Amino acid sequence: MRNIHPWKLVCTLVLSFILMQMSTSCRKSSSTKVITLDFWAFGAEGDNVRKFVTGFEAENPGVRVLVQNIPWTAAHEKLLTAYAGNSMPDICQLGNTWIPEFVALNALEGLDRSIDSSNMISSESYFPGIWETNRIEGNLYGIPWYVDTRVLFYRSDLLRKIGWDSPPETWEQMLEISKRLIESGYTKYGVFLPLNEWVVPTVLGMQQGSAILKDDACYGAFSDESFLRGLEIYQHFFQDGLAPKGMTEVNNVYQGFQENTFALYISGPWNIGEMMSRLPAQMQDAWDTAPLPALRSEDYPGLSLAGGSSLVIFRSSQHKDLSWRWIEYLSRPDVQSEFYSQTGDLPARLESWAALGLSEKKPTAAFYHQLESVKNTPQVPEWEQIAMKLQQYLEYVVFEKWTSEKAMELLDQDVNKILEKRRWLKSRD
Amino acid sequence: MKGKRLFKVWMSPALFLAPALLLIAVFFFIPVVVSFLMSFTDFDIYSLADSSNARFVGLENYKNLLSDPLFWKAMHNTLYFVFIGVPLSLFVSLGTALLLNSKLIRFMSLFRLAYFLPVVTTLVAVAVVWRYIYHPSFGLVNYLLSLIGVSGVDWLGNPNWAMPALILMAVWKNFGYNMIIFIAGLQNIPPELYESAQIDGAGRWQELLHITIPMLMPTTIFVSIITIIGYFQLFAEPYVMTQGGPMNATLSIVLLMYQEGFRWWRMGYSAALAFVLFLILFAATLIQLHLQKRFSTV
Repeated sequence: MRNIHPWKLVCTLVLSFILMQMSTSCRKSSSTKVITLDFWAFGAEGDNVRKFVTGFEAENPGVRVLVQNIPWTAAHEKLLTAYAGNSMPDICQLGNTWIPEFVALNALEGLDRSIDSSNMISSESYFPGIWETNRIEGNLYGIPWYVDTRVLFYRSDLLRKIGWDSPPETWEQMLEISKRLIESGYTKYGVFLPLNEWVVPTVLGMQQGSAILKDDACYGAFSDESFLRGLEIYQHFFQDGLAPKGMTEVNNVYQGFQENTFALYISGPWNIGEMMSRLPAQMQDAWDTAPLPALRSEDYPGLSLAGGSSLVIFRSSQHKDLSWRWIEYLSRPDVQSEFYSQTGDLPARLESWAALGLSEKKPTAAFYHQLESVKNTPQVPEWEQIAMKLQQYLEYVVFEKWTSEKAMELLDQDVNKILEKRRWLKSRD
Repeated sequence: MKGKRLFKVWMSPALFLAPALLLIAVFFFIPVVVSFLMSFTDFDIYSLADSSNARFVGLENYKNLLSDPLFWKAMHNTLYFVFIGVPLSLFVSLGTALLLNSKLIRFMSLFRLAYFLPVVTTLVAVAVVWRYIYHPSFGLVNYLLSLIGVSGVDWLGNPNWAMPALILMAVWKNFGYNMIIFIAGLQNIPPELYESAQIDGAGRWQELLHITIPMLMPTTIFVSIITIIGYFQLFAEPYVMTQGGPMNATLSIVLLMYQEGFRWWRMGYSAALAFVLFLILFAATLIQLHLQKRFSTV
């Protein structure tokens, strides 16, 4: 017989032991079948949603939810690269303006059938304008998780000083208030309209009846009559010195709001928390929120944008039923209320608004009224690119490099170029 | 029979080289060729869903690029960064190299280590610290400025100051590397030259002008090529610190390429951008190599 080296023997024994262990552990996991749901969420939502996993796992033995938190600034890249690399999660939080893009990629699972058989989720429990953002060409792809829109933040103490006990209901009044505030020396400017935001002119255009894009969203409609009328109001604020033109004049929004640089500011729900924490305690009674002004006071509150995040299931998921159950869990009114108290994100469910009294008390009541009158931006994958372009040309308008007609004509040319692919795809169908 | 011998001669080197060549082919040549071809298509988000949605568009991407104000903005920013940052970096690294090479200095290796430390530190960690340093109300820079009675600025939030702030950080982070190369160059200068100059009665300043700087020329050219190539590829600093803002003041070519490619998934456009950058770098290198040849024959 050949001589076996003792080391070889030891190695073989150790290896076979490891292999044995591995095979038993494999068998163990396959018999109990732990299913893992991959859930991606962004920013603060991603941090806070972890606390809800245990409740869901307790109700669904054998299911684990793996939450991956992605910073907002990297979320879009991460999702697209995951799609290209074929490694999507089962469920994901998706900003509702991103939904058209992922529908174009054919990456999202339609949810209409899930809704029909669900006793937890139905459209009646949601703000209709928000619900609509999840519906692309008639099919539903997402369930609202939390909601977001823009309202008016204003210094109620200063407005009272010039005789306004209530917030402006029309843009005309908003201009009037701004003028009076500056004339009586209470503030340096009336409104703060950050130049790196396209929201206000878009809202103004929508209130004037502009569809933003026309002909089945294949062409830009920025140089059309209705959008230009809205833009004119926007321009007034800058021409009459009612809003600061330079970004550098307001380095810090909260400081500017507190130190009377301006008294009116259009922004979203995240600033409720910021205002509460950044403004001193004695100033907390000095500010309030109100829905956006309208063109005529009988139309008040004026239209605003439908924002927020939805929950979506990817078509590549192997566990769609379980994923739906996780969405249902996160959509329960009590879970939604709890999530609000953790994050400050406004709940999507109307039951939670009622239960928490959010629709009655300030400063959230303004959001409640606003959310009943919201509309989505055009549902095309190119929208963010178009919005960036709009922002770029707005700067030219504000600094009077071009007239608004000329600038919007040039913008339409650029937008039509961006949409050329969309027209080509449509013509091929 | 000759063919067989030739095969035998080439067999072993080919086999030894094969793994490296394969890696270079898969991870370098094929991607470069594919992205070059891609720069003539309109590969975008629709094509990601179905590659038949991509079209051959010829030079359209390049044409659009040249008429895109964002591209010129990024080009302007990148050139700003290169033309201010590279000379500054060379100046600082040559200065510290001269100081460290001086016989008067003690603890030379300690200083050398200290100056080299930023080079080996992860950029993201550095960026987080520098974000605090530049903070408008709690930052070190504004605090120091307030001591001498200058009111500070919002370094990263102000379009005029964001780029200088990034240049300062980049120079601080990278000069140690060039400094080491300069020290090596300085130590290669034969001491006899200095001795004979001293006999001829040359002062320190004349020594620097007539011996040190001419003798360092090849090193300087090498260092400046490397630095220019590196600085043209400005990406991580603005990506981590400012995301290209405020108002695109720190948007660099590579950051624009990344945003076009991975945020909007306009791969064709982004690939065209990459090749424009390649051409610029290629031209810059050619010019410098030409200069190098001229100086080395003198």
